[in-house]
Amino acid sequence: MELFKSEKIYDFMSKRNIFISISLILIALSLFSIFTKGFNWGIDFKGGIEIQVKFDKQIDLGEIRKIVSKKFSSPNVTTFGNNNEILIRLNVNAVSNDVQKSLENEIKNLLKPLGNAEIRRVDIVGAKVGNELKEKGLNAFIFSIIGILIYVAFRFEWRFALASVLALFHDTIISLGAVSFFGIETNLDVLAAILTLMGYSLNDTIVVFDRIREQVRDSKVNDLATLINEAISKTLSRTVLTSLTTFFVVLTLFLFGGEIIRPFSFTLLVGIIVGTYSSIFIASPLLIWLGFKIDDYRKRLAEIEKRKREKEKLREMYQGGVV
Amino acid sequence: MKKLNYRLVIFIFAALFGIAFTIPSFIGKEPKVNLGLDLQGGIYLVLGVKGDEAVKSKIKTFASTIKYITNKKEIFIDNLKVNNKTLSFELIDKDDAPKMDEILKKLKGTQVIKKHTKEGILYIVKLTPKEIEKTREDALNQAIQTIRSRLDAFGLAEPSVTKQGKDKIVVELPGIKTQKEKNSIKKLISTSAHLELYAVDDEHKAVTPKDAAKYGDILLPSKDNPNRKYLLKTPPVLDGSMITDATVGFTQKTNQPAIFFTLNSQGAAIFGDFTGKNVGKRLAIVVDNKVYSAPVIQERIGGGSGQITVGSPEEAHVLAIALRSGSLPAPVILLEQRSVGASLGADSIKKSLIALISGFVIVVIFMAWYYNLAGIIADIALIVNLFLIIAIMALFGATLTLPGMAGIVLTVGMAVDANVIINERIRELIREGKNIKTAIEGGYKNAMSAIVDANITTLIAAIALFAYGTGTIKGFAITMAIGILASMLTAILGTHGIWEYLLAGGKKITPKHFGMKA
Repeated sequence: MELFKSEKIYDFMSKRNIFISISLILIALSLFSIFTKGFNWGIDFKGGIEIQVKFDKQIDLGEIRKIVSKKFSSPNVTTFGNNNEILIRLNVNAVSNDVQKSLENEIKNLLKPLGNAEIRRVDIVGAKVGNELKEKGLNAFIFSIIGILIYVAFRFEWRFALASVLALFHDTIISLGAVSFFGIETNLDVLAAILTLMGYSLNDTIVVFDRIREQVRDSKVNDLATLINEAISKTLSRTVLTSLTTFFVVLTLFLFGGEIIRPFSFTLLVGIIVGTYSSIFIASPLLIWLGFKIDDYRKRLAEIEKRKREKEKLREMYQGGVV
Repeated sequence: MKKLNYRLVIFIFAALFGIAFTIPSFIGKEPKVNLGLDLQGGIYLVLGVKGDEAVKSKIKTFASTIKYITNKKEIFIDNLKVNNKTLSFELIDKDDAPKMDEILKKLKGTQVIKKHTKEGILYIVKLTPKEIEKTREDALNQAIQTIRSRLDAFGLAEPSVTKQGKDKIVVELPGIKTQKEKNSIKKLISTSAHLELYAVDDEHKAVTPKDAAKYGDILLPSKDNPNRKYLLKTPPVLDGSMITDATVGFTQKTNQPAIFFTLNSQGAAIFGDFTGKNVGKRLAIVVDNKVYSAPVIQERIGGGSGQITVGSPEEAHVLAIALRSGSLPAPVILLEQRSVGASLGADSIKKSLIALISGFVIVVIFMAWYYNLAGIIADIALIVNLFLIIAIMALFGATLTLPGMAGIVLTVGMAVDANVIINERIRELIREGKNIKTAIEGGYKNAMSAIVDANITTLIAAIALFAYGTGTIKGFAITMAIGILASMLTAILGTHGIWEYLLAGGKKITPKHFGMKA
């Protein structure tokens, strides 16, 4: 089976303004959602109490809400996955020992009249913990950006490094925008998903960049747009295939992985689509905007090649006993 | 002579290694992958250690020591006060200054400021910044030790107590089910078990802490009745760091549950001296700032043992474990508590396994359909990859959590990437009209730089996750990093070795075997 069988070169670059416009609109919408709607922070970040209860039959949420509000102010009650499992969130910020001690029993007693209830999970997180997590997440993000910048600049050229990191911001912002827009609960797993996406979307971008580097080295063509079109077209089959296999797997995770992992799998699902799109349509045009010069890079590659050859020659001379 | 196919040999070894160390995890033998609490149920606690309190308590201990030694050597001091993190006192006879300096020199890690006043010399003693830092660190380490030995004494299976950052402790207890168990364990962990013995001040009366401070005293509530307050002379006569043993028993006369404690030699000497000099006066036994009892001293108590009466045998049990395993040098506060029921854990495993297996099957079938023989070879690499991930996790004793499982699922999706890149390159060369053998060699060569660069950048992200992540995120990062490394071994080296074997064996390989039309 062959997807992109012919050696057809698709002309992506002539439409680059359209793609960039689409991306800018998506980024603007994402930022708008992030700043106006914000995130639906989970208790990992916000602090509070979360109790997951499973009943042996279907239960009326309104009734539970009424019963729980007798004891706790403004509880948030939602179904969790199927209809006989519910999630109760309480905004109790002071995590004192006394609150906790009685909590599980109290909830159990409150719910008793409604039927057989099994308390499956109780999470209590102090408010202070969350800020530290946000800070650590940001640190992880910054640390990997710096690491990636250095590595790519070393292996390619600084414009490649900058373009890949800009594409990374593009993917991260749009994924976060989707998380914000759809009101997905933002917990630790979502943070992990965002950070994983960085690795994934970068993977895609680097494979295309590697091909551009190769085309620059081996081809006689002097037009950057043509070279990039060739590189993307030749890697297209791979990009689509890998994205498809990863997409399938994450989709099964989203569909069958259960409610707890859903925020994580949702974020990944969006990220894979955006990451694939950006590695084809966004990362490479950025090279053009950043003023990448084929001639300069060829000279540099030739220089590296020359030095490598000289070294080899020297080694041969040593081994031959000439020096 | 035939060239040794070292790639295939390494791959076969990797496969055997993977399978050999995966099996124990499935039959429940060591080494095995530990299931995280989210997968097997249990409690997860994050405790914050209040290092400042350890510093304060150290100063308080110094104050007790100074009082005891000066008393004994008949050096007269006045106004001994503990003020947050410093202590101060006045030396009445200036001629005693050399002796006093000698005593203070023995208190390690302190800075002493001397001021001459009309009445004598004012001494201010505080800890050096280095000592403060060390005290906090010691407090954290000792708290970990203490909590560990308390949990051991309680008889819990595989508790895990680890440090997190500079002032936090993570406690993981799998298999805790009942609410009652949960409560006693939380109590056991968070009880400071700070035992102090104070002289009761019967000469003065005080209602507010302010009144008490006027006499250099403090007011502490009774354990049974918070409204009843005792006026106690500071600093305490003794503190719990001198306890060597604590056992549960019953008092002889009243048959009440009680804890019998034994002091070390220094403690016994201080206790003996004090009780000898204060017969007829009351001595308050204070645990965690609550007065348990305040018996009248009948006679000098030598041998360094005493007793604390408590309400119930269960309480005696918990408190005795706490006292015996040492006090927490600094109080701990509960920052985070997560408990997962066993049934939810089992559900989570089931769901993620379904996702893992179905995702895996889709990818395997897809690859075989799309790439024919090349796809099947990639599938073999993928399966070995999965074994390797589990084997390495088992060997490192890593914990598999729900996000970790998701990490494996994701790795499966991404692991075929290297083979897709390679196979696409081989197809290109075949289209260019190269013969199969050259195309295969060229495909691996051309694909190498892309695969290496892409994997190293992903690895950088994984390292960042590991360095700054906590708990579950760390687990996820480890799974991802192992997956990347394992996939380089299986997808690049392994599949290459298989091709070499097939070619050397004289098998006729055609473009059809790469899913191309002949």
